[in-house]
Amino acid sequence: MSNILAEDTLVWHLACSEADIPENGGACALIKGEQIAIYNFKRRGEWFATQNLCPHRQQMALSRGMIGSTGEEQEPKVACPFHKKTFSLKTGACLSGDDYQIQTYPVKVENGMVYVGL
Amino acid sequence: MKKKIVVVGNGMVGYKFCEKLIAKDAAQEFDLVVFGEEIRPAYDRVHLSAYFAGKTVEDLTMAPASWYAENGITLHLSDPIVDIDRDAKTVRSHHGLVEAYDYLVLATGSAAFVPPIPGVEKDGVFVYRTIEDLDMMQNHAKKAKKGAVIGGGLLGLEAAKALLDLGLEETHVIEFAPRLMPRQVDDAGSKMLQTKLEELGLKIHLNKNTQEIRGNGAISSMLFADGVELEVDMLVISAGIKPRDEVARIAGLEVGVRGGVIVNDYLQTSDPNIYAIGECALAHHMIYGLVAPGYEMADVVVNQLVKDKDKSFKPFDMSTKLKLIGVDVASFGDAFIQEPNCQTIVYENSAKGIYKRINISNDGKYLLGGILIGDAEQYNMLLQNVKNQTVLPPDPEDLMLGARGGKEESGAGVMALPDDASICSCEAISKGQICGEVLAGNNTLDAIKKCTKAGTGCGGCVPMVKDLINETMKSQGVYIRNIICEHFEYTRQELFDLVKIKGYKTYEEALDGLGHGDGCETCKPAVASILASLWNEMILVKGNDTVQDSNDRYLANIQKNGTYSVVPRIPGGEITPDKLIVIGQVALKYGLYTKITGGQRIDLFGAHVSDLPAIWEELVNAGFESGHAYGKALRTVKSCVGSTWCRFGLHDSVSFAIEIEERYRGLRAPHKFKSAVSGCTRECAEAQSKDFGIIATEKGWNLYVCGNGGVKPQHALLLASDIDSETCIKYIDRFLMFYIKTAEPLTRTATWLNKLDGGIDYLKAVVIDDVLGLNKQFEDEMNMLVEAYRCEWKEVVTNPELRKRFTHFVNAPHIKDPNVKFEPMRDQIKAAEWVK
Ligand SMILES: Cc1cc2nc3c(=O)[nH]c(=O)nc-3n(C[C@H](O)[C@H](O)[C@H](O)COP(=O)(O)OP(=O)(O)OC[C@H]3O[C@@H](n4cnc5c(N)ncnc54)[C@H](O)[C@@H]3O)c2cc1C
Ligand code: SF4
Ligand code: SF4
Ligand code: FES
Repeated sequence: MSNILAEDTLVWHLACSEADIPENGGACALIKGEQIAIYNFKRRGEWFATQNLCPHRQQMALSRGMIGSTGEEQEPKVACPFHKKTFSLKTGACLSGDDYQIQTYPVKVENGMVYVGL
Repeated sequence: MKKKIVVVGNGMVGYKFCEKLIAKDAAQEFDLVVFGEEIRPAYDRVHLSAYFAGKTVEDLTMAPASWYAENGITLHLSDPIVDIDRDAKTVRSHHGLVEAYDYLVLATGSAAFVPPIPGVEKDGVFVYRTIEDLDMMQNHAKKAKKGAVIGGGLLGLEAAKALLDLGLEETHVIEFAPRLMPRQVDDAGSKMLQTKLEELGLKIHLNKNTQEIRGNGAISSMLFADGVELEVDMLVISAGIKPRDEVARIAGLEVGVRGGVIVNDYLQTSDPNIYAIGECALAHHMIYGLVAPGYEMADVVVNQLVKDKDKSFKPFDMSTKLKLIGVDVASFGDAFIQEPNCQTIVYENSAKGIYKRINISNDGKYLLGGILIGDAEQYNMLLQNVKNQTVLPPDPEDLMLGARGGKEESGAGVMALPDDASICSCEAISKGQICGEVLAGNNTLDAIKKCTKAGTGCGGCVPMVKDLINETMKSQGVYIRNIICEHFEYTRQELFDLVKIKGYKTYEEALDGLGHGDGCETCKPAVASILASLWNEMILVKGNDTVQDSNDRYLANIQKNGTYSVVPRIPGGEITPDKLIVIGQVALKYGLYTKITGGQRIDLFGAHVSDLPAIWEELVNAGFESGHAYGKALRTVKSCVGSTWCRFGLHDSVSFAIEIEERYRGLRAPHKFKSAVSGCTRECAEAQSKDFGIIATEKGWNLYVCGNGGVKPQHALLLASDIDSETCIKYIDRFLMFYIKTAEPLTRTATWLNKLDGGIDYLKAVVIDDVLGLNKQFEDEMNMLVEAYRCEWKEVVTNPELRKRFTHFVNAPHIKDPNVKFEPMRDQIKAAEWVK
């Protein structure tokens, strides 16, 4: 799975309004039949999006997880509510020692609306 | 020039040799060629019997053929070595391969010893050594009814258990000696063992010498020297082992009179370029018939070849614990030494089938050895005592009986061992190594197995490894300042006080004022809990919603398929028929699975997140409140029916339980806590297994604290007796506030008390005698929290902003998660099984 999307294949989809995503937390949007978890990392002034599916037990749950950061580099991460496996919001890599990888997506916010690039 | 090592035999020890050599990064230095006689790569012979219990060849395989290839090892299977030319330094295999060697390692193991009894060649007579043996036994057992095992030793009893498991109607154990396990167990122990085994259905015959195996082609009976004949149609011979020294003999290497390749302390045979390890080697004039010394031998040879440390093979401990049979049997150290050379302490309990014997040095200082039958829980500890020559406590029998009096946690003793105490003898892993890894973050059994291999051999040390992990983690709490996480350099207690002094009401304020970075899933719920314990404000407002653990964030418990469970409070377990009907109607309407919980209430499972507000609206309208089953908070106060109906009841336990539950409902703490009230000492409400439990007495109530069911059950301890209701509540207020303020995150009261310096006596001094002078404050704070209580669900259902958060898709609130799947079960639903 690759996280690098060539600019020309990227299509921005309207997901929801800014206020729909709780501050410093996440929510799930249904985009083209896919469940996308969107995170409003207010504290860092950043937005992230990942697949909503936790690869561990295949649960649609990541959007309900707590977000935070870890390490010197302050890697932004989300913790699955089920067993607290954590994933980098930047790279999708699993940070708690398993071989999982989740898909991440670019997000942009314009005029109070949130768009995800698929 | 690379040197070449040829290994003859790919059994457990031969494999371990390869593994250890590879671990030393010796690939550049050596070519490694392995010849194995069996058709498959080395497998775990120690757990051979597990094959009958359903383990596959794959499960038992030490490493697949691909592992050898990946590590550059040439592996020839089904091709035994038949000759060694020591002058040319070559070996020749059965298929005619000739391979030159610089070093030769013999790891040919042993074969079952079959005594020369006439008739051993008959059909239906087996040995118990390889997977093929087991396949053949399994086949034959289908048509067999009566089985016997010759040999009542360690392996014989294991084989006998296997016959039982294979479904034979009768299984006999024939032992030549006057007792079972003659090498490990004394007469008294053997008797106890015999009784236990007979209970399992084995028929034991001692002092029996088999003279002939009779039958026409296939076995039909056994004839003994005393003239008795026993009808059997299946026989397993397990009368000892015979080292496989054939090739060594052909090559002219020195072998022992009773077999075995003679080696020196460096495991060199009479030809210094040829080593022998494992069960084929005769070291210190003996065959070490266990896997751990074999592994140690492999290690010694590897160290010599890579010229790492100078290590020799020392006399190895032969203590053993019998696995599988369903009766604990262990012997360790010098099991047979007798008075006057030692003092022997024996404990016998025939009702329970327990026999224990320990031998102690005459000066009472050291443990020399012993035997455990029926209960071998202390085996690891005792063995360590012998090995490390630990000075014994004044009452050494405590060691054998386990700690009594209930104050001390089992397992605490492991920490007293020296760091170099060998915990896993199969892999030679010391206590220091394990504790080091635990501190480095490998704090689960799986992680320890992965990084040290401890516990992957015979498995006997696993309980001890677990204790070490637990105790090390625990000691961190005591000796190392247990800071919350990388974002807050404070202990929970410090943070609690600071948040209070600064008057912070939100996580963000606390992080800005006291922490750094962005927070994480550890500090967020910890701070959220502190805030709730301090102010008891609605937890989902002021941006505190996203710092709650998922269950708190949705005020419901997340279940296996991503749906939630709904638990209305039913104080004291008392409920009116009308309310029961409402619960039933709600469950029907929303398609929920219903179950009575262990805490006397009703759990409704399978609610979609978007249905939660509607479900709760109906419940709240019917007079229900949140049960806080999702929070680290008071769960239930269980009660027995008490004096209102029960003929034994001394006081009205239900009314008191309701009073207590309504007082502390919604109170958040470092962990969940439970309570119960019983109407008399018959204790129908099981109050002594709760965080605080109350039992009626003639004169009032007895208050017990810090009990626990759950993972590590622990009885609650008496805090105060014969107190009136008012005093009881006062004590509970103080007790709870003290716990809330001082416990580490996610620590139940029982664990908190175990860590508390001074234990229950100190707790009494605080709660009853007010040694800290804080009781007035504790009571005021509790009163404030009780006043501040509001039902969270009531607030959510009446607040449109909060309700909005309960959707699965923010952009499609009416659509439910299509991934949620249910399956039918007994007229209700269950969550679909998740992928494992
Ligand atoms: C049922 C059972 C239960 C046991 N339970 C325990 C226990 O609980 N605890 C414990 O510590 N030990 C136990 N043991 C003993 C343990 O399995 C042995 O100590 C261990 O397997 C010895 O390893 P090894 O490599 O020396 O011999 P083996 O595992 O026997 O391996 C030797 C290998 O060499 C092969 N070989 C022989 N000659 C040649 C040749 N000329 N060329 C090529 N290959 C050859 C053999 O076919 C065999 O595959 C048990 C054994 C059995 C059978
Ligand atoms: S604990 Fe006593 S009062 Fe309560 S139900 Fe049991 S017997 Fe009756
Ligand atoms: S005991 Fe285990 S499986 Fe049962 S409800 Fe509790 S956590 Fe779940
Ligand atoms: S399902 Fe996400 S961590 Fe287990």
